[in-house]
Amino acid sequence: MTGRNLPPLSLHVPEPAFRPGDPVDYSSFEMPVAGAVARPSIDAPTSALRDMSYAMIRVLDDEGRAQGPWDPRLAPETLLKMLYGMALTRAFDDRLYRAQRQGKTSFYMKCKGEEATSVAAAHALDYDDMLFPSYRQQGLLIARDWSIVDMINQIYSNRADRLKGRQLPIMYSVRAANFFSISGNLTTQYPQAVGWAMASAARGDTRIAAAWCGEGSTAEGDFHSAMTFASVYRAPVILNVINNQWAISSFSGFAGAEATTFAARSIGYGIAGLRVDGNDALAVYAATQWAADRARGNHGPTLIEHFTYRAEGHSTSDDPSKYRSADESVKWPLGDPIARLKKHVIALGIWDEERHEAMDREVAEAVRAAQKEAEKNGILQDGLKQSFDSMFEDVFEDMPWHLREQQRQMLAERKAAGI
Amino acid sequence: MSQADAAAGETRTMNMVQAINSALDAAMARDEGIVVLGEDVGFFGGVFKATEGLQKKYGKTRVFDTPISENGIVGVAVGMATYGLRPVPEIQFADYIYPGLDQLVSEAARLRYRSAGEYTAPITVRTPFGGGIFGGQTHSQSPEALFTHVAGLTTVIPSNPYDAKGLLIAAIEDNDPVIFFEPKRIYNGPFDGHYDRPVSPWSKFPESAVPDGYFTVPLGKAKVVRNGEDVTILAYGTMVHVALGVIAECGIDAELIDLRTLVPLDMETIETSVKKTGRCVIVHEATKTGGFGAELSALVQEHCFHSLEAPVERVTGWDTPYPHSLEWAYFPGPVRLTEALKRVMQD
Repeated sequence: MTGRNLPPLSLHVPEPAFRPGDPVDYSSFEMPVAGAVARPSIDAPTSALRDMSYAMIRVLDDEGRAQGPWDPRLAPETLLKMLYGMALTRAFDDRLYRAQRQGKTSFYMKCKGEEATSVAAAHALDYDDMLFPSYRQQGLLIARDWSIVDMINQIYSNRADRLKGRQLPIMYSVRAANFFSISGNLTTQYPQAVGWAMASAARGDTRIAAAWCGEGSTAEGDFHSAMTFASVYRAPVILNVINNQWAISSFSGFAGAEATTFAARSIGYGIAGLRVDGNDALAVYAATQWAADRARGNHGPTLIEHFTYRAEGHSTSDDPSKYRSADESVKWPLGDPIARLKKHVIALGIWDEERHEAMDREVAEAVRAAQKEAEKNGILQDGLKQSFDSMFEDVFEDMPWHLREQQRQMLAERKAAGI
Repeated sequence: MSQADAAAGETRTMNMVQAINSALDAAMARDEGIVVLGEDVGFFGGVFKATEGLQKKYGKTRVFDTPISENGIVGVAVGMATYGLRPVPEIQFADYIYPGLDQLVSEAARLRYRSAGEYTAPITVRTPFGGGIFGGQTHSQSPEALFTHVAGLTTVIPSNPYDAKGLLIAAIEDNDPVIFFEPKRIYNGPFDGHYDRPVSPWSKFPESAVPDGYFTVPLGKAKVVRNGEDVTILAYGTMVHVALGVIAECGIDAELIDLRTLVPLDMETIETSVKKTGRCVIVHEATKTGGFGAELSALVQEHCFHSLEAPVERVTGWDTPYPHSLEWAYFPGPVRLTEALKRVMQD
């Protein structure tokens, strides 16, 4: 257009490998070998950790055996507790997804296929470590044995909802479980987690913080700010990126995955980075434990990329068959986290098909019973379960005159209108 | 004016920067959960010296420099507050606060509400604002209306050293987020808007007598700076002094109210005054459209309609970015306020 004798520039707009109807072929995916990645000492300088960002920590092999130096050598009861937590999380998702479809609430988000990234991580942390989740970490609460009745009350915005019906379903807040209030604005929890960790360090505490975000929202400025602050102050924090390949309909390429890994974001900031098979509960546990020990030893923060796959839609509001191939989930080369841990505990001889089936029945029944219990407090569509004037509470600690006036006005108008 | 009790200690002469520094010192001495963070606030003591000496006194884990990231500064402050601390971040200029806006608007302001009180964000964001210093468009803005519009934020603007100290301590002790705008044009002395005249230092004014120790000035309470019968002037920050200068020269018996806190607003004081005078002129440096003056004007109309004898006037900055060389044409100074008062008095 300028008339200059130069080749025209071209804009690269990423495109995923497979769209609806496309046959899925993962043959170009080089399966990292379980047990092949070395386990550096927790105080290793970040300069010695660079390769970790491009490798992938895997512990469970195809036969369900634990391999290599990252095997966390967990006690049988811990393994089975993690298996139970993942199964309960999946059963919870199935039932609450259906509850939304039945019109009992407005919204739901499943974490199918990603259960290990929450449940196994929670097991590797201490209960008093502070969790700053995104919206798909229900497994953290379940792993911390939080009441699923309480979670369903929140999802229904019913009269027992501790959050007074103010939050979108699944945006839990559970201070008693050291679980931060979930924000719908993405990655805002990242600098907050870093700040919490800085405060813990400044006060000579021993507790650490952990945050989760999706690969898509690593593009937010908050991610960069958090990484910078975490590096500068060597904050005792674990920053987890759940790379589930999809951000609603945008594949990971729109967050930069064509160019590098998400773990490699750590290198520029000079913080430790690990990349793990997010469908391998033992690898998630081991990486989290390593990062927690590193943080507790004052060796600084760790960024962990959990390589996984979002097996369902983003939420109840989208249909993934409209933007990606249904085959992707079926052929995902890293398998299913529950099936893989199940295979491992069976191989260890501490589990069998019969007990697994019994467990599946047990978790389904537990969720069913919890749902029934929660529904005694109402469902969203029953009509409002909170008093109208509660809308004005908690904006400030003390209600200022203008809110009191608006509260009075609302009630007076309703009365005048005869409602 | 000083009603501080004995605990407030000896009174010293302070300018506004010294008063703010003294407020931080007094608050930090009482509560070890208070931490100060921001660009250049540590060893250097801040570009305006508001945090001078605090790092030496309280240590690097309570007073520390940050990366140049307002988003990060506010974000980590919210996280520190969640831990149980009481952070007082400094944003070097209010003009730089926008990268931190999401953390203020979507997080700090709503945390108590969305968690039904499980989590709160008792942070006080201090930031110098306003023009009159030849700072151009990136060192002169008055963005208070962006914050007064947000449910859950308290917005405070002092106009003198005594109030600056008392209000800042009250803001820090408040259990919700507070935006504390410091009118930097009057850090060293009150400014009547006559940029061509010499400015007197705060030491020549009674508001510079500030108790050395702890005291508070309550949030949400305006101050009647001057009693008058003809017209009510609503002002805050630098504009309080511009108004005082105009009143002294124009011969109109105006009642001047320094709002001090914009949200929650002291409507009672405003209402009492306007019902008495029947006229109201609002003055602020920020742009006009959607400015806080629009809210004030609406409230005066709602609360005092039957007492009004003239339309409510707004004297504000023009709806342009803050210009550099034309600063004094932009600044709503004595000429414009005088004209507005004359118009209002004619009706």
